[in-house]
Amino acid sequence: MDYLYAFLVGGGICLVGQILMDTTKLTTPRILVIFVVAGAILTGLGLYEPLVNLAKNGATVPLPGFGYSLAKGAMDGAKEGFLPALAGGLKNTAAGLTAAVVFGYIISLVFSPKSKR
Amino acid sequence: MSKQKQQQQQTKKPKKEVTKQYEQYVKQFTPKPKYFSNSAKAFIVGGLLCMAALYIQNLLIDSGMSEKDAGAIVTVLLVCLAQLLTGLGVFDSLGKFAGAGVFVPITGFANSMVAPAIEYKKEGPVLGVGAKLFSLAGPVLVCGISAGTIIGILYYFMK
Amino acid sequence: MKNKLGKQTLQFPFLPRIVGSYSIVGEKEGKGPMAKWFDMILEEDTFGEKTWEKAESKMLKQAMLQALQKSGREKDEIDTVLSGDLINQIMSSSFMARDLSIPFLGIYGACSTMTESMIMGSMMIDGGYASNILVGASSHYCTAERQFRMPLEHGNHRPPSAQWTSTASGAMVLSADDKGDTAVKQGKNQPQGQKLREVYLSHATIGKILDTGIKDPNQMGAAMAPAAVDTIVRHLSDMERSPEFYDIILSGDLGMIGRDIALDLLSGRGINLNGIFNDCGAMMYDKKQDTHSGGSGCGCSASIFCSYVYDEMRTGKINNALLISTGALLSTISSQQGESIPGIAHAVAVTTKGVI
Repeated sequence: MDYLYAFLVGGGICLVGQILMDTTKLTTPRILVIFVVAGAILTGLGLYEPLVNLAKNGATVPLPGFGYSLAKGAMDGAKEGFLPALAGGLKNTAAGLTAAVVFGYIISLVFSPKSKR
Repeated sequence: MSKQKQQQQQTKKPKKEVTKQYEQYVKQFTPKPKYFSNSAKAFIVGGLLCMAALYIQNLLIDSGMSEKDAGAIVTVLLVCLAQLLTGLGVFDSLGKFAGAGVFVPITGFANSMVAPAIEYKKEGPVLGVGAKLFSLAGPVLVCGISAGTIIGILYYFMK
Repeated sequence: MKNKLGKQTLQFPFLPRIVGSYSIVGEKEGKGPMAKWFDMILEEDTFGEKTWEKAESKMLKQAMLQALQKSGREKDEIDTVLSGDLINQIMSSSFMARDLSIPFLGIYGACSTMTESMIMGSMMIDGGYASNILVGASSHYCTAERQFRMPLEHGNHRPPSAQWTSTASGAMVLSADDKGDTAVKQGKNQPQGQKLREVYLSHATIGKILDTGIKDPNQMGAAMAPAAVDTIVRHLSDMERSPEFYDIILSGDLGMIGRDIALDLLSGRGINLNGIFNDCGAMMYDKKQDTHSGGSGCGCSASIFCSYVYDEMRTGKINNALLISTGALLSTISSQQGESIPGIAHAVAVTTKGVI
């Protein structure tokens, strides 16, 4: 059952993205930003957490899930104090971000772009 | 309002209307995107990707990892896979096929880091790759971290 | 003014001649429907160079040198090189000219560069300021794409109206003297032994910038079509010619969508160009090559003018042609600042008849 929800929710979020791409003039970087910020705001309003509990990776793998992790970390930190509230967001996403930066850097240094046919 | 300003506004308005009319006119010559097939592909690929992520996460949890750690590992795996595929020059074909299906998941974020960086390799490892790694991902990080942190701080003051 | 007709059209009473031309295209273009006309098709878009920019520069240099060779002229007989491209500060052209050591004037007209350089070259020859001039233009998919649009490896969707920057260069030698009759080598599509015609530049129409307020950089064809239409209409009225005078009226890189818009706009003005009008961008690729609306870039019109049009005129299949390179004069900054796209088009009338 988990898998079905993951599929439906994850697919559904991607579907929204595709519709935004096809029907508006929004460029892809803007769509990414909108998704991450929307995820953070929905988390702040307490609306995203239930989705994560329901669909697990279906809600955390798409980009709103990144916004969710950032906001969730900050909110969890806020329970302990002001400084943890500042640190919480990045702390929660540190592993993924660091991997993205370091591995991305290595990949970019190793490979070269290819001309498209 | 001065006369000059009024005149300016009067000349400005028709120009906007002309643009609108022309845009409408252009629309009839522009083929529509394949809404249905694009959406179906995005939905199915995106859904499958999330399912696969859940499957790996469950495997990790079964092997005795905490849910939080397993989630982080899955994210790292997806990011690295997407970046490797970008380096190999395959990701753009995937994106062409699945659109938002691979772009909206975290894989799209990973791709948007490597794609510009790899192209600026010849401009050097510092100001080329180092800077361009964030040319598309930077805005996402800046806006996402700002939004998340502001929410956390609001939460701190409201609780 | 004795050599100006109407409002925007110039005439060249001394009839500068095109005495040699050469075109190079990339791998993808070499698989398109125009492949048989091009002089050289790259096996690899890097052309053996380390960077895309160097590759583009080398393509342009190769086109210039080969055009020069075909014209039977020596390098020191060339008075000036006129050339342009799309990269910031016309890098490909400047670096090409660095190696040639011929006096150089760099020009920028976005994708309208080819006709712009032809017009300026013709004026220099006609005014007696030069006897031989090299003109050319180039574009490269990989250099233009990373500057104007998205990175190559980025997994984004291209909308149906998007155009594909052609990897292509074209160069011509324009000359005042009639030496070259025998020296001109046979083009590869020209049958042996046939008497070849001379190709003259007779008139040119300098276009105005027209901006209809289109802001989407993926709608280049639509942004430039009104400028092309304006230049065509202006040319015909300045010259008091009917469109039937021309065997072909060829625009630069409006693409399929832009071509249809231009045809429709023209018929709205009572000018029917069906069967005469075509667009280099729409001709460059096959539908199967998935370029969406067709080709774009300076090299698109440059390579087709220097190959297909020139060869067909030499063999007499085309006698009068009107070539219109179209340019979208946007910059990477202007589109970020939400400015609309200014379109421009310059026309050159080419003829095989040695009289005005």
